[in-house]
This record gives sequence, structure tokens and C-alpha cells, in this order.
Amino acid sequence: MSSIEIRLKHRFGDFEMDVAFDAPGQGVTALFGRSGSGKTSVLRAVAGLERARQGLVRINGEVWQDGERFLPVHRRPIGYVFQEASLFPHLSVRKNLEYGLHRVAEGQRQIPFQDVVELLGISSLLTRATPRLSGGERQRVAIARALLTSPRLLLMDEPLSALDHAAKQTIMPYLERLHDEFAIPSLYVSHDPNEVARLADHMVVLDAGRATAQGEAAQLLTRLDLPLSTYDDASALLEGFVSSHDHSYHLTWISLQGNRVAVPREDLPVGRHARVQIQARDVSLSIRAHADTSILNILPVRVIDTRDISLTQVLVRLALEDGQTLLSRITRRSAIGMGIHEGMQLYAQVKSVALLS
Amino acid sequence: MTFDWQPVWLTLKLASTTTLLLLIIGTPIAWWLARTHAWYKQALSAVVALPLVLPPTVLGFYLLIMLAPDGPVGQLTQALGMGTLPFTFGGLVFASVLYSLPFVVQPLQNAFEALGPRPAEVAATLRASPWDRFMTVVIPLARPGFLTAAVLCFAHTVGEFGVVLMIGGNIPGETRVLSVAIYDYVETLDYGQAHLLAAGMLAFSFLVLMTLYLVNGRISRSHQP
Repeated sequence: MSSIEIRLKHRFGDFEMDVAFDAPGQGVTALFGRSGSGKTSVLRAVAGLERARQGLVRINGEVWQDGERFLPVHRRPIGYVFQEASLFPHLSVRKNLEYGLHRVAEGQRQIPFQDVVELLGISSLLTRATPRLSGGERQRVAIARALLTSPRLLLMDEPLSALDHAAKQTIMPYLERLHDEFAIPSLYVSHDPNEVARLADHMVVLDAGRATAQGEAAQLLTRLDLPLSTYDDASALLEGFVSSHDHSYHLTWISLQGNRVAVPREDLPVGRHARVQIQARDVSLSIRAHADTSILNILPVRVIDTRDISLTQVLVRLALEDGQTLLSRITRRSAIGMGIHEGMQLYAQVKSVALLS
Repeated sequence: MTFDWQPVWLTLKLASTTTLLLLIIGTPIAWWLARTHAWYKQALSAVVALPLVLPPTVLGFYLLIMLAPDGPVGQLTQALGMGTLPFTFGGLVFASVLYSLPFVVQPLQNAFEALGPRPAEVAATLRASPWDRFMTVVIPLARPGFLTAAVLCFAHTVGEFGVVLMIGGNIPGETRVLSVAIYDYVETLDYGQAHLLAAGMLAFSFLVLMTLYLVNGRISRSHQP
């Protein structure tokens, strides 16, 4: 199923990029790393905006670059969303959207104009001049513009990083819907674990121009040997489905194969796939299951491993009964006092669960 | 007193021809200078800027030698059946193109550099070929630069004197442009005609520059993000 194959070697000044990774030909693959890790360079090389000295770029069977060939940018079926929206200031919103659309042969247009405009909520903006849009509106237009070329690979370079928190929160649902409705394989550059948790299925961790880890996002987010777990807002992702609604207490129960957690009531159909995020700092551990606690979500877990992240704190990686992983951050004093060790059976008390999709 | 319009028309013809040619020649040079990292970029920039600092007589002198019947360009034009260029309108155009080159290349280069690579990159990811993105994105966005270049080139060519005198002489209807005509009138103490032409030039130059500033001000305001 690995149908995105990337091998890139290049030197940019004194920065050496030597990246190799495979990603599934569907879903969202996050390229995650700190600034300066080479994420954007990788994305630009995949797009053909930089020409890597040595490289192989193969997307679902099509070779865009190898030893002999180098397909120029404008012949690659990509959609590219830059960090800043980069709309053409001399064109109206509609003309911006049509710029790419009109350059794609009619037979190859698979995404209807109206669908995109509605999905991104920009139908009221069409006649506006681009310089008068807000940051969030601009980025939505830029995403729509890229989608309208019916790309076979969507490349997103931190599309939310230039926006303030409120604008980010309004765009996130659009990005989630995008991935549900159009199913275009995407490479999504980010340095924000929360964005990755919400959007990505697969993940490649980049560090100093190298891919240091790759795999399922839920797995990588909780691996203690990777930088992600040491972030202050380190969290775990759990997949499940909506099992029932509790009308009297206004809760929605998410089933995690044998266990269940409650989230504030959401209007979702029972049986729908659900992804929840649990922050490591919201998980406490106890040796026995307590009934006399205000905490609703208590899950039986087994300790996989632990890691000291500071002089006072320890991160504990836990396996649920169905094999999914959870992170808990507790004090070193508690960890030693409880005698936490690998394989130990415990109860995780989860203070807060966020439903992502 | 009859007013002699011939130098005025000749000057306008020379300035328009030069501006048109220079926009065609200067655009690729400016684009290349704005984009390249070649080691000889600075050397080429210096060559382009030379007419700004050289006395027009120096430029005129070398042009005269180059264009003379036994000079390199002179031999070429003769071989092409165009005769020799000194003391002809064609010679004036040739000289003006070189003399006004920096006035076109520098504003364009500044405009292209200010634009940065991003708009063209975005256009490329939207399937536009290099020529397509230059025509539909770079030129419209660099419009203030083109306008400045055209106006400066036109006005500078109108005001040219030294090079014209060296290479064109003073042949009515062929090379006797405004600046030379004014010089002539002053020499022959015909201050009435000199006043007319000089005041006309002053008014013209002021109008041209003011229009330029007005238009550029409006464009940059409308492109503010």
C-alpha cells in the first residue's frame, strides 16, 4: 500500500537533506519536525520547486523525478498550499480560483467548482478583491484554489501557522471535512502535535534533514524515544466509534473496543468512526479502580515503558486492552511510590477527552 | 514668428521608438538580473549602470567609432545593407537605447526583486508554464515597475543632448531633436524660439513625472494587503 515513495538528497548551503520515506497512497501524512528540520524543503522538492540533486519521487505509480527524469512543477498534478495564502492580489477571489481550474483540461476536472466553494464556505467572497480578505478567508480561498486543479497529491506547508488561534480553530473543521470528502492523498507539514493529532493518519518525523521515524500517527505520537512525547501538550490518539448518547447527562459515549469514554454530547450518528485525543497531563494512574471518584473515564491499562522527562516528571506509556496506547504524565515521586514498572496493571483516570472527528 | 514643429515630432518619435525597443530588450535583462546568482551578475549590473555615470560625450565617442564604416557595428550594418548609422535617425535610436538602458532595467529589476519568487511559484503549482506565469502574474504584478521604466526612459530620451550631438549632429528632420534645436536657437541669439521650446520641455517633464507619481501611488494603494 506504500504508494508515495520519496528519496531525496540535496545540499542547501550548509544544510544537508537526506530523506527517505514511504507513505500510503491515501489519507494524510504529516511531515513533522521542529523548524529547520527540513520539512518545507522536502515538500518543495516533492512539488518540483526545488530540484534535489539526487532523488526519486514516485506517487501512486507515476515517477515525477528519478535519475533521468524531472517533471517541471507545472506538469505535476499537485495542489500546493503555502504557509501564507499567496493569493494573486491583482485578481478577484473568483479569478484566483479559476486560475488553476482553467489550466486543467476539462476532462480531468474531477472536483466541481460549487462543491469546493461550499465546502470551504467562500461562496459569499467570490466577487471580493483579495487584499480585503481576512487571514482565515485568504487561506480558505488558497486551499480551494489548489483543490480546483483536481490534484492527485495535496501538499500543505503549515497552512495554519500564519493564522491566529481563532482563525485556526475555524479552519480546522474545513481541513477535516476536506480529507473526508475528497480523499486526496496529502503531505501535511507541521510542527504542531495538536494539528498532527487532529488531521494525520500517517506520520514522518524529520530531524536535521533526515527522516528519523515513520508510521501511524497514533503510534508515533506516543513513542517515548521521539521528541513528540516530551512536548508539554503531549497526547495520545485513540480510534473508536460512537456507541450511545446519554441524554439526561448530556454525554456521548465513544466505544474503544471493550472500553468506553465519555465526551460532552455531540450530535453524531451512533456507529460513526470517532477519533479522540487525550493529553498526557490529563491522565492520572491508580492501582485499584475507584468508584468513589468524580472521574468518569477510567480505563484498565498495562504499563509499556516509562521515561523521565525532567527531574520531577515521568512519562508513562500505557497499553489499553485493545492495544491502543495512552500517555500519562505523573510526578517521579508518585511513580516510585506506586512502584510503577513494565507490565504492571493499572487504572488510568482520564480527566478530559477531546473528540476530534 | 513661425514655430518650427519638426524637432518636437522628431523628439517624440525618437523617444517612443527607444522606449518600445528598450521595454522589449530590458525586460529579459532585468528578469535575469533579479533572479540569477551567477558570479558575473555584479559585473553585468555595473555595465548596465555605466550610462548613468559616463559623460555623454564618452559614450557618444565610442559609439561613433563602433558605428563608423570601419567599426564593428558599422561593418555589420553595411553587410546587412543598412548603410552606416552615424548622422541618421537609426543611429540616434541605437545610441538612445544604450544611453537609456539603466532607466529601464533598474526599475524593472527592482520591481521583479520586490515581487520575489513566490507569485510565480504559486502560478507554477497551478499548472502555468514559465511563459504563461510571466505574462499572467509577473507582468501584471510588476506593472508599477513597467510604468516607471517606460516614463523614465521616454523622458530621459527626450532630454538627451550630448550623445545626440556626438552621433547625430544637427540635421533637420533626421537628427535635429529638441535639445539640439534649443542649443541652436541660443547660439544664434533667437531667445524667443528658445524660450518656447525650453518652457515646453519644462512643462512636459513636470507633467510626465507628476502623472507617474500619481499613478504609482494609486496602484500601490490598491495592492496593499
